[in-house]
Amino acid sequence: MKIALSMPVSAAPALPGAAPLITTPIVSPGYWGTVWAQLRRDPIAIAAAAVLLLLVMAALLAPWLAPADPYKASMIKRLLPMGSAGHWLGTDELGRDLLTRLMYGGRLSLLMGVVPVAAAFVFGTSIGLFAGYVGGRVNMLIMRTLDIFYAFPSVLLAVAIAGALGPGLSNSLLALTLVFVPQVVRVAESVTTQVRALDYVEAARMSGASAFSIIRVHVLGNVLGPIFVYASGLLSVSMILASGLSFLGLGVKPPEPEWGLMLNTLRSAIYLNPWIAALPGAMIFITSIAFNVLADSVRSAMELRT
Amino acid sequence: MNTHPLTVDIHQDRGGPKQALLEVRELKKYFPVRSTGFAAAPKFVHAVDGVSFSVAKGQTLGIVGESGCGKSTTARLVAKLMAPDSGSMVFDGDGVDEFRGIALKDFRRNLQMVFQDSFASLNPRLTVAQTIAFGPQVHGMGAQEANQLARDLLARVGMEPDQFGARYPHELSGGQRQRVNIARALAFDPRLLILDEAVAALDKSVQAQVLNLLQELKSERQLTYLFISHDLHVVHYLSDQVMVMYLGQIVEIGPVERIYGHAVHPYTQALLSAVPSMDPAQRTLASPISGDPPNPIDPPAGCRFHDRCPKAQAVCKAQAPRLLSVAADAAHQVACHLNDPQSGHGAPASSATYAGLPLREVSA
Repeated sequence: MKIALSMPVSAAPALPGAAPLITTPIVSPGYWGTVWAQLRRDPIAIAAAAVLLLLVMAALLAPWLAPADPYKASMIKRLLPMGSAGHWLGTDELGRDLLTRLMYGGRLSLLMGVVPVAAAFVFGTSIGLFAGYVGGRVNMLIMRTLDIFYAFPSVLLAVAIAGALGPGLSNSLLALTLVFVPQVVRVAESVTTQVRALDYVEAARMSGASAFSIIRVHVLGNVLGPIFVYASGLLSVSMILASGLSFLGLGVKPPEPEWGLMLNTLRSAIYLNPWIAALPGAMIFITSIAFNVLADSVRSAMELRT
Repeated sequence: MNTHPLTVDIHQDRGGPKQALLEVRELKKYFPVRSTGFAAAPKFVHAVDGVSFSVAKGQTLGIVGESGCGKSTTARLVAKLMAPDSGSMVFDGDGVDEFRGIALKDFRRNLQMVFQDSFASLNPRLTVAQTIAFGPQVHGMGAQEANQLARDLLARVGMEPDQFGARYPHELSGGQRQRVNIARALAFDPRLLILDEAVAALDKSVQAQVLNLLQELKSERQLTYLFISHDLHVVHYLSDQVMVMYLGQIVEIGPVERIYGHAVHPYTQALLSAVPSMDPAQRTLASPISGDPPNPIDPPAGCRFHDRCPKAQAVCKAQAPRLLSVAADAAHQVACHLNDPQSGHGAPASSATYAGLPLREVSA
């Protein structure tokens, strides 16, 4: 009856050249262990992570690394081309050092990418788990209410909310969060509904566990993966939307450095010095791509092989 | 290991060996069907329609029937995973979830279930030991103690705890996963185990091992089984009592030897004749019954089997038969007009044996 994978002990001395018996238990590396091992072997994921790390470090360490003052303007040095002495990436329409402003701008832009998504992840997952686990009419009520938000294109909704709340950093963060919550709820709800119907959740209910511990132990772990992947895909969307809000004058106000806002103000220079005008856009592009590629790699690493 | 501190009081025998462990009375479950037309009358699938039975202590009740006959719904109703529309249950003399009865929480600890799909019934993100230890832990057992219990149970179901305790479900074979499911069910030291097609997905050799394990556990822990299967061989091997279901109702119930040797109901006879035999002389030439079971949304009036029954008469279409004892054995009950002298059915009741079963002629 017993399933014995190791050789019988008595057989070992009879074979002098035999490999030693495996006596240590086979330890599984754990779920996150396998995900990490998978990611480490993925060169694209490593590259994307390195790019993101570089951008984050540059933004965080801007006060120490940046070559100039981001607010110091100069009428003589306006719109210098790339490679100018003292200004490697040139200057903007007010003669401010562009490299400096791009580094400082990363702080706000990355913040606007991460904060709304993180907040939407927390709230959206909670609402979605609740709706999916309870099901029935409660689920119907919650989901149909959120569908109203979902009916608007995200850009339009963000503009409408930010416009109603008025310009400013915190208002645009709030507007973006409100845009993302329904989307995260949808994913969370559909995954929870699927997981909830599985036999292991039924078995947990048979054990008399409370709804809270069933969700915590059996549901959360199995729904977090897909939600996490979806949310990480939203990071780049959030950055682009935030840039859009700033571009429209609904986000950060000048002279604060922010990539979207810089794109807006440098727009006037597009005929004079197109390379410089494209730089903030390029930053947004690079960051978005890095987020997306990394999210993609994490998703494929998180898939359970059965 | 047999009794852990959680379960000492709620698991003791209360009514003595003669009192049935579980009595089910008139269980009904209708599922609403989305109506198609505007303002159409609501329709219902009659999944379980007035099922009553009892399971004696230490016995195995096998439930057989075609797919869709309400076997699994019955299991889920008994396990209280689903609320019945009507009906009641008595567990060892105590009404389940009733005033002065046994509380639902205590009932659930006395009753556990093993599901058919061994993979879907294990959380893919938990190790085997964590899965088994979850139940006891939610009832207040310490992590250390629960882990030790999980290891003991793994060893009991034939899996080396050092080797398998830290593994994930996808690293195990189907048979091993089903052993883990059994170990999890045993963690509460239940008195009744519902095995819902528990061995159906396993291949024959593994199935035999798991069945033997179930037999050992039953005598070792004084378990009572509710064994649901469509495999008549397996039911024959494991059961003391057999209950045959058709379209949400019991058609025949009785001791296993009566059912397999002297089945009275034409449906049971047909089921048994469909079992492949190892003896080439007993070749089945024609299919015992034709057609599919009728739509459970609109079950036929009278006897539900009448439109497929070779012995159907006018009375079968008009009147639903009652579940009555067979003359030879009071424990053997059949719901068929053939068995009811007052029904007005012309043909005499014939009890057929497994081997010499009259096959229905296939008219071309």
